[in-house]
Amino acid sequence: MDINWQFIISTLPLYQKAAWITIKLGFWGTLLSLIIGLVCSIILYFRIKILKELVGIYVELSRNTPLLIQLFFLYFGLTKIGITMSETTCAIIGLAFLGGSYMSEAFRSGIEAVSKTQIESGLSIGLSQMQLIRYVILPQAFAVTMPSLAANCIFLFKETSIVGAIAIAELMHVTQDVIGMYYQTFESLFMLVVAYLIIILPLSFLLTWLERKVRYAEFGN
Amino acid sequence: MQNLGINVLFEGTTLQRLFEGLMMTAGIAFISIIIGSFLGIGMGLLRTSKSGIVQFICRFYLEVFRIIPILVWLFIVYFGVTNALDIHLDGEIVAVIVFSLWGAAEMGDIVRGALESLPKHQIESGKAIGLSFWGLYRYVLIPQAVRRMLPGAINLSTRMVKTTSLVVMIGVIDVIKVGQQIIERSVIKVPTASFWVYGLIFILYFIICYPLSKLSKKLEAKWEN
Amino acid sequence: MNKENHQVLLEIKDLHKEYDTRTVLDGIHLRVHKGEVIVVLGPSGCGKSTLLRCLNGLESIQGGDIQFDGESLIGPNVDWQKTRQKIGMVFQNYELFPHMTVIENILLGPIKVQKREKKEVMDQATQLLEKVGLSDRKDSYPRQLSGGQKQRIAIVRALCMNPEIMLFDEVTAALDPEMVREVLDVILGLAKQGMTMMIVTHEMGFAQAVADRILFIDEGKVCEMSEPKEFFTNPKTERAQQFLNIFQF
Ligand SMILES: Nc1ncnc2c1ncn2[C@@H]1O[C@H](COP(=O)(O)OP(=O)(O)OP(=O)(O)O)[C@@H](O)[C@H]1O
Ligand SMILES: [Mg+2]
Repeated sequence: MDINWQFIISTLPLYQKAAWITIKLGFWGTLLSLIIGLVCSIILYFRIKILKELVGIYVELSRNTPLLIQLFFLYFGLTKIGITMSETTCAIIGLAFLGGSYMSEAFRSGIEAVSKTQIESGLSIGLSQMQLIRYVILPQAFAVTMPSLAANCIFLFKETSIVGAIAIAELMHVTQDVIGMYYQTFESLFMLVVAYLIIILPLSFLLTWLERKVRYAEFGN
Repeated sequence: MQNLGINVLFEGTTLQRLFEGLMMTAGIAFISIIIGSFLGIGMGLLRTSKSGIVQFICRFYLEVFRIIPILVWLFIVYFGVTNALDIHLDGEIVAVIVFSLWGAAEMGDIVRGALESLPKHQIESGKAIGLSFWGLYRYVLIPQAVRRMLPGAINLSTRMVKTTSLVVMIGVIDVIKVGQQIIERSVIKVPTASFWVYGLIFILYFIICYPLSKLSKKLEAKWEN
Repeated sequence: MNKENHQVLLEIKDLHKEYDTRTVLDGIHLRVHKGEVIVVLGPSGCGKSTLLRCLNGLESIQGGDIQFDGESLIGPNVDWQKTRQKIGMVFQNYELFPHMTVIENILLGPIKVQKREKKEVMDQATQLLEKVGLSDRKDSYPRQLSGGQKQRIAIVRALCMNPEIMLFDEVTAALDPEMVREVLDVILGLAKQGMTMMIVTHEMGFAQAVADRILFIDEGKVCEMSEPKEFFTNPKTERAQQFLNIFQF
């Protein structure tokens, strides 16, 4: 099979730009998901009335529906009843809405893994509830749940491939355009796959490294 | 206007067509889950093999699906493979192929996990009471392995159902595509149509996935005790 | 030494504690004077741990009163954060924070809760660590220490808050026999310095050596309260006699 290198070189800038958009979306999506997940899991920990129920509903809704539909609903559905936002905002909100529930579940199981006696030990040196969360519960929950957080992070970066559906020029969208315009199917797909490898593989190594670092104190190795 | 918007769902054959779209989606998911499970069981057995090469290949196969997004795989087969082999494949077929292969990879991992978690002494005690090789599998190992992999397998099924929403991107007339057609047709008359139609599809997916994920959680909790 | 005319630091009056419908503590009375060491003895399940945990607000109580430093610890208005700084507690399973080094474990309370100067706390911590013979383990993580070492660190962590009373709940029960001694020595040292303590233990020799008074509990009631010598040589109740017999071969 002949590979059209000329074509690859000429569309490289296009893919480069798209890859940055993918990375940007993945980054903000993950960051917001972590924040949402953290807040939700703390609400669940303190069993705050009403909010606790809302979190429960949110988690089920978000986990049991596809991102594509969440995005379409946000982007096309809500605009029609008067809520408008840019494609990028919409995409990031969509990713955060999806990822937030996954992160919330990860944090929750991490927090549940902190033993009652650790909490009592923290209380007995006079820590307040907030200090207890910050200095005792979260660091330990974090160490336990780091693998899940990392998996969710990769998951969200991969899910960015879907937001092309609402006209964001990320990798999938660009590939679709390029195939449509130039019929260089093989080269376009090749660059698409390479772009994802360049993004996901280093991310995955980074997360593994981070995981080891976070877990070092408690578990050694 | 908004109060009337919801009526868009009840006009003519709208609901029926959405339902047909949903059946297409569910059908793809169902067939893929079945094929994926069979292939996956084979993969799982392969992965307990002692051969390093087999191990490596299986692991590689799994990672390939874990690193590259499924939508990319749909594109690769839909545009790339058809192009390279100079054949035409319908989106439905492409979807079934990709989801089955993906399902096989993930299912293989679940089966491997279940097989590896079986206590060794069970095998010995099975032998000790005089079970044959097949008897051992039939009465001791398989029932236990099935119990251990069921929660994960159901979970995978919900993930596959959710992922079928992507088939609209490769031209399948699924529930989303039908929804889009309905919106296009009625958008002049009912500007809020997309809110109602996408809202309904959102709920439809939820109705399918929620019981499955609840069931998986319940089984998991039961198994832990 | 008689400390009965010292100031009363802790007073427990008619304490009742129930789990669901089961009474676990049934009318406990006790006065602890400053500098006094009370050793709490009793068969397993009699409510010793529960008693200590009530003093620290880790358990709610259903009746009676606890006064600490003249202030009641009952009701919703108790400032437990403040009170717990004055009541040091050491648990059976050390419960050091596994994600922090030894020194971080020790500094957490004094710096974050008591808002003290880092330098001053550091000096105190160093001194205390030296006293328990662990000054070289400052930067170790708990998983790198033996049980006995962990327990000594846990004691230092509590001491560094400058508590007015220390509660010890079977702090040697999870230790290998050869490590029991090093921990008990630390507690004996504290007693010599005049620290007020309530100690739950199954080490009878230690109990006799360290206690000013023995509190013997059975089925949630105070069965006997006497000087150690008298309790061990001449127990007044039959229950106490039976209990002591278990420890003799
Ligand atoms: N959380 C709880 N819920 C219900 N019952 C409890 C709880 N904690 C303790 N108990 C019961 O209260 C009683 C007293 O328990 P406690 O732990 O105080 O005993 P103990 O004297 O410390 O025993 P040991 O010497 O074995 O430590 C026991 O019968 C125990 O079963
Ligand atoms: Mg106890």
